[in-house]
Order: sequence, then structure tokens, then C-alpha cells
Amino acid sequence: MEMGVASGVSRSLRVGNGAGFWGDNLDAPYLLAREGRLDVLTLEYLAELTMAILAHLRSKDPSTGYINDFPELIARMGLLLRDQDRLSIVTNAGGLNPPSCAARCSGVLKGSGLDRTLIGVVTGDDVLDRIPGWLAEGVDLAHLETGEPMGVDLAGRLVAANAYLGAHAIAVGIRQGARLVVTGRVADASLTLGPAAAYFGWGWEDWPRLAGASTAGHLIECGAQATGGLWTDWTEVPDFPRIGYPIAEIEADGSFAITKAGDSGGRVNLATVAEQLLYEIDDPSRYRTPDVDVDFTGLSIQEKGTDRVVVSGARGTKPSDRLKLVGVYRNGWTASGMLAVVGRDAEARARAAGQIVLERVRRAGFALAETMIECLGAGDVARGVIVPASPPFEVVLRVTVRDPERAAVDRFCRELAPLVTSGPPGIVGYTAARPSPRPAFGYWPALVPRDLVEPGARVEIRTAAEWAASHPD
Amino acid sequence: MPNFSRSIRLGDLAHARSGDKGDRSNIGVVARDAQSYALLAERLTTEAVAEYLRPLGAGPVVRYELPNLNAFNFVIESALSGGASRSLRIDSQGKSLATILLEMPIPMPDDAGTSSPVPE
Repeated sequence: MEMGVASGVSRSLRVGNGAGFWGDNLDAPYLLAREGRLDVLTLEYLAELTMAILAHLRSKDPSTGYINDFPELIARMGLLLRDQDRLSIVTNAGGLNPPSCAARCSGVLKGSGLDRTLIGVVTGDDVLDRIPGWLAEGVDLAHLETGEPMGVDLAGRLVAANAYLGAHAIAVGIRQGARLVVTGRVADASLTLGPAAAYFGWGWEDWPRLAGASTAGHLIECGAQATGGLWTDWTEVPDFPRIGYPIAEIEADGSFAITKAGDSGGRVNLATVAEQLLYEIDDPSRYRTPDVDVDFTGLSIQEKGTDRVVVSGARGTKPSDRLKLVGVYRNGWTASGMLAVVGRDAEARARAAGQIVLERVRRAGFALAETMIECLGAGDVARGVIVPASPPFEVVLRVTVRDPERAAVDRFCRELAPLVTSGPPGIVGYTAARPSPRPAFGYWPALVPRDLVEPGARVEIRTAAEWAASHPD
Repeated sequence: MPNFSRSIRLGDLAHARSGDKGDRSNIGVVARDAQSYALLAERLTTEAVAEYLRPLGAGPVVRYELPNLNAFNFVIESALSGGASRSLRIDSQGKSLATILLEMPIPMPDDAGTSSPVPE
């Protein structure tokens, strides 16, 4: 991308987000980059749960721990990256191992004519090794919701601990010419703010502009949730199978339009944007990011034509001097299995079957720590709030357990199929694979003083050829 | 005192979306017009939402107002039995809470008149 220098840039910056989580549609980022006339493609992969999964992968193989779909996407996008020489990609696909992710991407670019492409790797968010020292120095890392201090015992069970970095290192990478910036944990909105601040040359205390671009980042971070996905009035969404992913057209003053590419499906209107603005937020007058605290309560949101909503009026103030940190710790094992149950007394059959399974596990000598029987179709998702008008003839039995011991969970997994011959009649679906024990994790959200983390945040820029040589496959 | 002998479904006055942050859930509720927003400001109170969702284990509720969007944000404590990684429920992330809340009956005064949206 040719970066505008300081002020005076009049053209807007088109930032499209092609992934809202790890497991999102595989074609979306490719199609968005091909059709979206983008300056920047962002890809947001890291939900809290994703960090737990990446920690599990890294514990088995230290060269992993990143989003392995991403290098595959880069392989597919080689031609696009050659044709669109203004396109940059900013992503948190690095997960718990950004350097290995960058090296793998570089490996797939070998021989594509992009060997000299600059790739920036942002690190400094991974603070797992520093937790014991901080606790010893009296940094309490109290649980954000319960206020409980992190004990040495819990610290010893951590498999990952990452602070949420802001946009600064990303912006530095972009300004130094990186076309691909791979990060670990950064605030989702910072993936958009970083390239915007670099492009327009904004200062880091230019609160209204930082707030505007952060609002844009918040709106597009969950992909198609801004373009019709999850919309209450879902029957009004045109062409769901071809739903377009969101594009923020950011202006030099920090205002922006949300839109989507060409003839893609989906809808961008006041309702889809308003619902997404409120998605997973706390106080709307203080949407906290590491870069700026944003006030949504003064926003003006207007439809300007089909599939185009203009947002302005974001207010911003200086953010907290503490950063959010999330620790992930091992918390035993879990498994879940489902069977369909039919009959005029389907609910009673299903609940009995669930109890039979758990009783058989108990008789086999395992006392499961936590169990849950759900009868889906009989009102268990909205349990006690919405009661079905008549008894369902068919329900789905879902039994879920958690226990510190893998053996107990494993035994549970083997008790579902026998129900088909040794339980109530009308139980079907045992041909689906037997469930497998999965590691269970707990989260420890906390705050950490900014000055303990930010000095370690950096972006390292090398050519693709150099990254590939640094981590030979 | 007006007589509240009839009610209307929240979904006829508003649309909504929900999600999680740790063991908290939030439900963003957007009124379909300014008139509905004014009505909901009065009727869709923190107490009413907490009472409606209590069977799901919902704790204290905080309501934030965004009059610029005709919207509210409800933040609900302890609605997820331990959060996305821990909860054993199929909806461990509270994604269904918005849909469930939209079925909430909102009491309507008998004299609300014909200009109120789609009474049931």
C-alpha cells in the first residue's frame, strides 16, 4: 500500500474483514479481496475459546499454535496479491505463535514472485512466562469479574496468557511497507485502526479519529454479522448463501461507511449495523480498547443508499493505563453426545436415557464432577422462560460432562451407544461417531499495568524469503 | 392508573442480538421507532428483564441507553454457568438470549390507541 504521508490524504481507506472467527467461511476472504477493491483485508480469528484450542495444539507441538487455515488462504491468494499491489493483509492469525505463522506463509509464497514481500510480525502479547515473576512482585492479576487474586496454584496451571495489544505496532509495520502483518492477541478493533492510523498519519492522542476507526473495526470484526448475519429480520436478507463480508470505507476525519462488495448477498442497513454495534459490549459510553475508550452514545448512523450506512460522531478519550489480559488454564476434560429420541413421551424417554447413561458411568466406578442432561425440543434452551405449548413427539437428548480425569470422561463416551439396545425404545442416531474426550479450559481475565507489557511489544519486518529461511519446514 | 389487561410481544417493538463476555451476557435491543423506544424506556426495565430471564440463572441486570439509536444494552451477570469454555449448556455463549427475550410480553395500557404497533 502506498501510504499517505501525515495529513492531507483525501481518499478514503477501504478495509474489509473476511473472517470473524476461526472456522468462518473459507471462501469469504478470497471473494472479498477479489471483489472488494480493498486497501486492507483484515482477518480476525481469535475468540477466547480459540486461544484455548491453540494452547492445546502448542502443548503438543511447539511449532504450532497459530491458525493453520491462514497459510492455506495465503497460498490461494498469491495471484491476487500479485495483481493488487496496493492490497495489504492484517490478521491475528499468529495466535500463540506469530513467527511460525509468518514463516509458514512465507514458505507457501516461495516461487510465486512474492519472495521479497515484506511481512511484519507483531509480538509481545504472550506474557505466560512473566506471570510468576509478576505475582512475586505483587501484581495481583485479580479476576476481572470475581476480584479473586490469581494464586500461584492457578498460575501453574496456565497454558496461555496474553495481553491485548493495541494498534501501534501494526501501524508501524504498515508504514514500514509490510504487506502482511501477522499478530498474536491484539484488540479486534486494532486490526482496523492500525492500518487506518498509518494511512492517514493520525497521532496516538487524536481521540476522535482513533475512536471513529475503532468503531469501524468493532463493526466489521465479526464478519457477516454486519451484513445480515444474525439479523432478527433474517427473512429480509437477500441471497444468504452468497452473503458479502463487510467493508469499512474510512475517511480522514474518522467517520466511515459500512458497505459490502458488488453483487454479493446480504444486507447492510440501519438495523444490521445497530445490532452489531451493540454486539458483545458492556457500557456503550465506554467501549474500551487498548488504543482509545470509545463513546457510542453520540454516534450518528444514516443509510446512504442500498447497502451503505454512514457512521460519524464517535467520541474518544484516553484509555486506561492497564491492559486486559486473559489467562487460559487446564480444567480437566469434557465430552458431549447427542441422540434423537422419538415417541409420544419423547421427553420422558430422553431424560430417563440420560440418567441411565450417567448411572452406568457411576456404577463403572467414575464419579463425574459435572454433568448436564438437555432435552432439546422440550424447552431446555429457554428453560423455564418459554414452555412448549404441547409435548414434542421428538427431541434431541444431549448429555455433557466434565471431570478432572480423562478416564471418567472416556467411559462416559462409551456409554451412549449401548442405549440403543439397552434403553427405552425410539432412540436413534448412534451411527454418528462416538464422542471423544476434549480438554476443558478455564479463563482468567485480568488487568495488567500497561508499562509492564508495552515495552515488549514490537513488530519485526523481514522479507518472505527471510522468514521462510528462519523457520525451514 | 391505566389498566394493563393486554400485552404485546417485545419482538413486535424491537429487534435484538446477544452474545457473551466471560460469564456475562449482553443483549442489545433496538426499538423499531422512537415511539417504541419511549414505551420500552418505561416498560423494559432492568427489573422486568431480570425477572423474565431468572429461570435461566440470570443474575443482576444493568441497562444502558442509546437514545441516538433508539436502543438499549442489557448486561446480565452470571447468565452462562461459567462462560463459553466452561458451561456445559448447548448455548454456552448466550447466542439465543436475544431471541428468547423478544418473546417477552410487554404490558400495554388499554388506551394505547390504534397508533401502537401490531397488537396481538
